[in-house]
Amino acid sequence: MVMKTKEKLIVKGKRLDGRKPDELREIEMKVGVIPNANGSAQVMFGNTVAVAGVYGPRTVHPRHLQEYDRAIIKCRYNMAPFSVEDRARPGPSRRSSEITKVTRLALEPALFLKDYPKTAIDVYIEILQADGSTRVTGINAASLALADAGVPMKDLVVALSGGKIDDTIIVDLCGKEDNYSEADIPCALMPRRKEITLLQMDGRLKPEEVKTIIKNVLKAGEEVYEKQKDALKKRYEK
Amino acid sequence: MEETREIVIPGEILGDAKENKSSHGTYVEDGKIISKFLGISKKKGDYLSVIPLSGVYIPRREDRVIGFITSVEKVGWIVDINSPWEAFLSLSEAVDEFVDLKKVNITRYYDVGDVIYAQVVDTRRGDIQLSMNTPIARKLRNGVTINITPSKVPRLIGKEGSMINTIKEKTNTIIRVGQNGVVWISGEKIERAIKAIKMIDEKSHILGLTDEISKLLSD
Repeated sequence: MVMKTKEKLIVKGKRLDGRKPDELREIEMKVGVIPNANGSAQVMFGNTVAVAGVYGPRTVHPRHLQEYDRAIIKCRYNMAPFSVEDRARPGPSRRSSEITKVTRLALEPALFLKDYPKTAIDVYIEILQADGSTRVTGINAASLALADAGVPMKDLVVALSGGKIDDTIIVDLCGKEDNYSEADIPCALMPRRKEITLLQMDGRLKPEEVKTIIKNVLKAGEEVYEKQKDALKKRYEK
Repeated sequence: MEETREIVIPGEILGDAKENKSSHGTYVEDGKIISKFLGISKKKGDYLSVIPLSGVYIPRREDRVIGFITSVEKVGWIVDINSPWEAFLSLSEAVDEFVDLKKVNITRYYDVGDVIYAQVVDTRRGDIQLSMNTPIARKLRNGVTINITPSKVPRLIGKEGSMINTIKEKTNTIIRVGQNGVVWISGEKIERAIKAIKMIDEKSHILGLTDEISKLLSD
């Protein structure tokens, strides 16, 4: 896709949707949306909607995957066919396999897997509507769902994307910004000790710019963390 | 002793490790006691603990559980005890008398679908052994079972059995509660008892629940 006339993504310090460079989209989080699952959550970052369901710890099938001293995480990231404007082809793809893996690696450090030897924890992430930063939205939903399922955790996992458009460092990219950005960095972290569990980059950046983006993401992550806290506490307040 | 019902989230700092001791549902990092679960924090003496509001049942030795026989093996039975692992009930732990395996089909003791009230005797590495060699163990007949969140079992029983005895008296039922969150009910007003138990499961974090339950049952 080549743009003929380059559209300005930032006009007078404001982004396409009127946000400031370091402003997040409207965030909505809901815990306990799937009664059948042990834990579940729905997370919305603007128009991006992700639902996560956690089952288990439970017995592993097939048997040979089980680890004798710890639990394994079986993760699945999937985009619904209707999640994007033109239909997303159903079934696993190169992209979704990759995201499945990085999601698993982002969640693993936060869990006490040794507490449940020989079991599997299933994490299903479904993207209902995609408008940029789907993998971080999915990780946020999975983190809430795991906490809701009563899986022992060191800390919640907060995820957020950062990037650069028109020489400006921004956080929380929306779909259009994602497509036309010079670079974007999805990032997941455990907020209490500021440990980063996921860091990917697409595009070109100078080392200083990467540092600034990570700094901005860590700062804006606090806000997402507060939202996660509220969502979890709200489940038991009526 | 007033219990605090403050909800904590995983990763929340509960206190300093020098002044307090870490108990169930917590871990120590950098000299701080931190919660592992989404649950209710509790302080008893020096000990800080967190009772999870959800989660699967982790078997412990001496727990009394209610299980369902799922299959019959050569010298024992496999039992579903509502935990991530299957439990095994061996023939020697189940039957007192001598059994000649050549002549006797062991399904005469327990068969698939039977509900048993048994004790956990070993839990090493997810290898769970059950025993029926305790006075309380028995086969449960003619009742219904419901599942509640395993961490809420102590709440259902109440202080020295106060909660469960209230339900038993008011509904004229026999109730057995397994540590694994399976509850077996038999008797007259089963539906009313189920309603009360489900309510305890949902509202376990609310103070003054015993009064609310007796109110519900006396209507």
